[in-house]
Amino acid sequence: MNKPIRTIATFCLLLFVALLANATYLQYVAADELADDPRNRRVIEAAYSRERGAILVGRTPVAESVESDDKYEFQRVYDQPLRYAHVTGFFSFFSQTGVEQSQNAVLSGDDERLFVTKLVDLLRNDSQAGGSVQLTLDAAAQDAAYEGIQGLAESSGGPVQASVVALEPSTGKVLAMVSSPTFDPNELASHDLSAVDDTYKSLDRDESQPLLNRAIQTTLPPGSTFKVLTAAAAIEKGLYDAGDQVPGGATFQLPQTSGDSGLIDNEGRDCGTTRIPFTQALAQSCNTTFARLAIEVGADDMLEIAEKFGFNDGDYLRDLGPQAASNFPDDMNEPNTGQAGIGQFEVQASPLQMAMVVAGIANQGTVMRPYVVDEVQSPDYDVIDKIDPEEYSDAVSATTASEVTKLMVETVDNGTASPAAIEGISVAGKTGTAQSGIDDVPPYAWFVSFAPAEDPEVAVAVMIQKANIDRGEIAGGVLGGPIAKAIMEAVIQ
Amino acid sequence: MAPEVAGSYPSPQAVGNAPGPGFIGFVHRRRRGAELFLLVLALAVGVGGYAAVGLGVDQEVPADLVGYGGWLAALVVLAHVVVRFFAPYADPVLLPIVAALNGLGLAVIHRLDLAYEAAGKSQHDFAQQQLTWMTLGVVLFVLTIALLRDHRVLQRFTYTSGLGALALLLLPMLPGIGNTVNGARIWINVGPFSFQPGEVAKVLLVVMFAGYLVLHRDALALAGRRVLFIDLPRGRDLGPILAMWAVSLSILVVQRDLGSSLLFFGLFLVMLYVATERPGWLIVGGLMFFGGAGFLYWFSATTGRLSHIQNRVNIWLDPMAYYDKSPGSGQLVESMFGMSWGGLIGRGFGEGQPDRVPYAESDFIVGAIGEELGLTAVMAVILLYGLIVERALRAALISRDGFGKLVATGLAAVLALQVFVVIGGVTRLIPLTGLTTPFLSYGGSSLVANWVIIALLLRISDQARRPVPDLSGNDDSDGFGDDATQVVKLST
Repeated sequence: MNKPIRTIATFCLLLFVALLANATYLQYVAADELADDPRNRRVIEAAYSRERGAILVGRTPVAESVESDDKYEFQRVYDQPLRYAHVTGFFSFFSQTGVEQSQNAVLSGDDERLFVTKLVDLLRNDSQAGGSVQLTLDAAAQDAAYEGIQGLAESSGGPVQASVVALEPSTGKVLAMVSSPTFDPNELASHDLSAVDDTYKSLDRDESQPLLNRAIQTTLPPGSTFKVLTAAAAIEKGLYDAGDQVPGGATFQLPQTSGDSGLIDNEGRDCGTTRIPFTQALAQSCNTTFARLAIEVGADDMLEIAEKFGFNDGDYLRDLGPQAASNFPDDMNEPNTGQAGIGQFEVQASPLQMAMVVAGIANQGTVMRPYVVDEVQSPDYDVIDKIDPEEYSDAVSATTASEVTKLMVETVDNGTASPAAIEGISVAGKTGTAQSGIDDVPPYAWFVSFAPAEDPEVAVAVMIQKANIDRGEIAGGVLGGPIAKAIMEAVIQ
Repeated sequence: MAPEVAGSYPSPQAVGNAPGPGFIGFVHRRRRGAELFLLVLALAVGVGGYAAVGLGVDQEVPADLVGYGGWLAALVVLAHVVVRFFAPYADPVLLPIVAALNGLGLAVIHRLDLAYEAAGKSQHDFAQQQLTWMTLGVVLFVLTIALLRDHRVLQRFTYTSGLGALALLLLPMLPGIGNTVNGARIWINVGPFSFQPGEVAKVLLVVMFAGYLVLHRDALALAGRRVLFIDLPRGRDLGPILAMWAVSLSILVVQRDLGSSLLFFGLFLVMLYVATERPGWLIVGGLMFFGGAGFLYWFSATTGRLSHIQNRVNIWLDPMAYYDKSPGSGQLVESMFGMSWGGLIGRGFGEGQPDRVPYAESDFIVGAIGEELGLTAVMAVILLYGLIVERALRAALISRDGFGKLVATGLAAVLALQVFVVIGGVTRLIPLTGLTTPFLSYGGSSLVANWVIIALLLRISDQARRPVPDLSGNDDSDGFGDDATQVVKLST
């Protein structure tokens, strides 16, 4: 009987080897996959309970973990919740958004760059601590932006749907990013999970979409602010200089059209007759001029320049969650090109996109990739990674940029953008009031600017999607200008 | 009794005078000292584990550590002393392995008691009860070793064992005392105690199969038709296997217990194969079992009856899809999450959430070990089981009588299959079936039965490793050791 016993012994050996191999697969090979399963409460609770690093603006933490004496060891706290909500995002038991999500590896301490820290913690038998993230935001600029929108809400006596983005033109640093309506991330970070669930559901159902970061997730027709890009394209192509005369006139019938639908006018602004100075055309925001210029540049070249500024690219901002791509259509016919030249037709831009356009002009035609995370720090606040500015594209030449700047300065000094003028500093700006194209939806008010014009420190885009204001009174200059001005002052001073 | 003892157990001097190595080739040493040393290590696992649970969960050494450790040590020493006296040549590795597994199981069950308490779930003192059951197990172990001086005695009880096993298997079906737990009707309730008779039945089945097969192996070994290089058994010999097949499948259908069904039939096939040396039996039996199970699955899938079979298979194929369904895979998936969370070295006692898995203290105890002690401990446990099985088969190999060989092989197969079915089920190697993990899981019937199994294995290995027994007076003393070895060879 010994031969079959030996066979059985071999067979049993195989059974045990199979068990060993399978246990290895489960606990080592497949472990990461299982850890990523959203139903794996162990992983979620451990991450939730851990001491996360802080999110800093300047030296002030806008999100930090403090010790908690309930079921979980640490509680996430946001000191100025409403003001920074869309940048920090929230850290709830169920999900994360914003920097909390994009920098989760650093904040939780899992990032490779924190390897040394992790090793020391392991040796000391300390629990793993997270690294901190320093944002590019400028507290003064953020305050000005937030308070500007709040001020608008108070003066209009109703909620405002709006967004503001400010960039540092030479680097692409995001100096301010505000979206309204906002929310309180503290409520979503609460350890009372059922309350968190209720809060999240009501925020999610809210028609005004408070969880939406309008600065990067909402794209709307940019209207006349897009004329900055059309002007840049016309100059870059060598058609005109800032000092040249451009086509003008009270009305312009788009090619291949007849009747009112293809007739463009200037809503009563003075745009001369056949030829007017380029400065007057931008200062008075002449639709008739810029529709023609766009057609003269041509659909293909317009598309090329628009894409160099970032249109049709959905992920140039790396540090924040999902981002909507701003749209500039391709293969347009002449009438559509004309409408696109004044920021209508299917042209849609996010506030960040329009800020990039003016920041590119301000930075001598070079567009910098926008970013929100400036530094990654160890739990002891030692800098372990400093993010370098990165060039996104050379959109237009330095000459073109300086010509466009002249036009924009004139627009602030003697044109529609005058509400943004700052005493003693030359400001470049442009207004926009874009038709929504939908009945019952009021026009969108836009404002873009940068200052000081000769050595820009800040570029701003303000977008007001909806406010408690009469349709006739909605205008980019009046509504957006003061907010932009306050932000520029906050940065320059 | 006393003269027999003297005759059966030669003194060391007698061994010295026995035929030298040149004749007999090899004389097994007793190795009781080695066993004692290994037992100290095993105690360190048990007591150390208990202390580590206290340190990990409450940040302090448990207050009753001395009492607990003392009790554990007393049990282990008792077992050792009894082995030293009554089975001095028994395999020295088995007892320490079992002591280590039992100790580790106690520590993990204690950890789970604390986890349930912390989670505010119904309070248990599983560890205390398990220690009581372990005590009973050791007592039965001692009694078996002390009273059963020759395992061949069991051969007389072949049919008694068979009847007993059948009765035990049928007990849960009796109204009044039968109890259905988690869909499987394999429990009986007697007063305050619940008991899984199947755990005891498997020991009796091994004895019955061994007794039957050792008598009928020659007839069963006769070759029938030859198909594809395999000699199939004769049709007329199919009776016993058909009967066993029917019993196994009816356990599957009536008691809804796939684990026991697989265990009993697998055990029977292994013993039949070893007894007859005909691989054909394995082929025929394997086809019958998997054919039957496959048919039942098909039947279950097409008619919707016996849905537990289909559920088990579906959950095995895609556990994630059944996570929050009912009946679903929540238990299995939580255990998989736990084991992957434990990773290579585990979270450490008190740092995991083993209480997320229902029945973590019984069927899913390997999941709890994997979570808090890591892959390292799971591998150690699997290797310990592997050692038990291989040592048991070693005893079968060197055993001098056919009955002993068959019993040892059967017991080894029971342990191997049970470990494979339960650990393989918990780690999703095979569909999950309800069986206890020998020596680790909470559960009295299983623990006691397994201690008896180890006692039987020690008894057989003691007889096998003992120097050539002085059965025929002084005939062997003139040095014809070769004859003795010849006898062994013939009987194999």
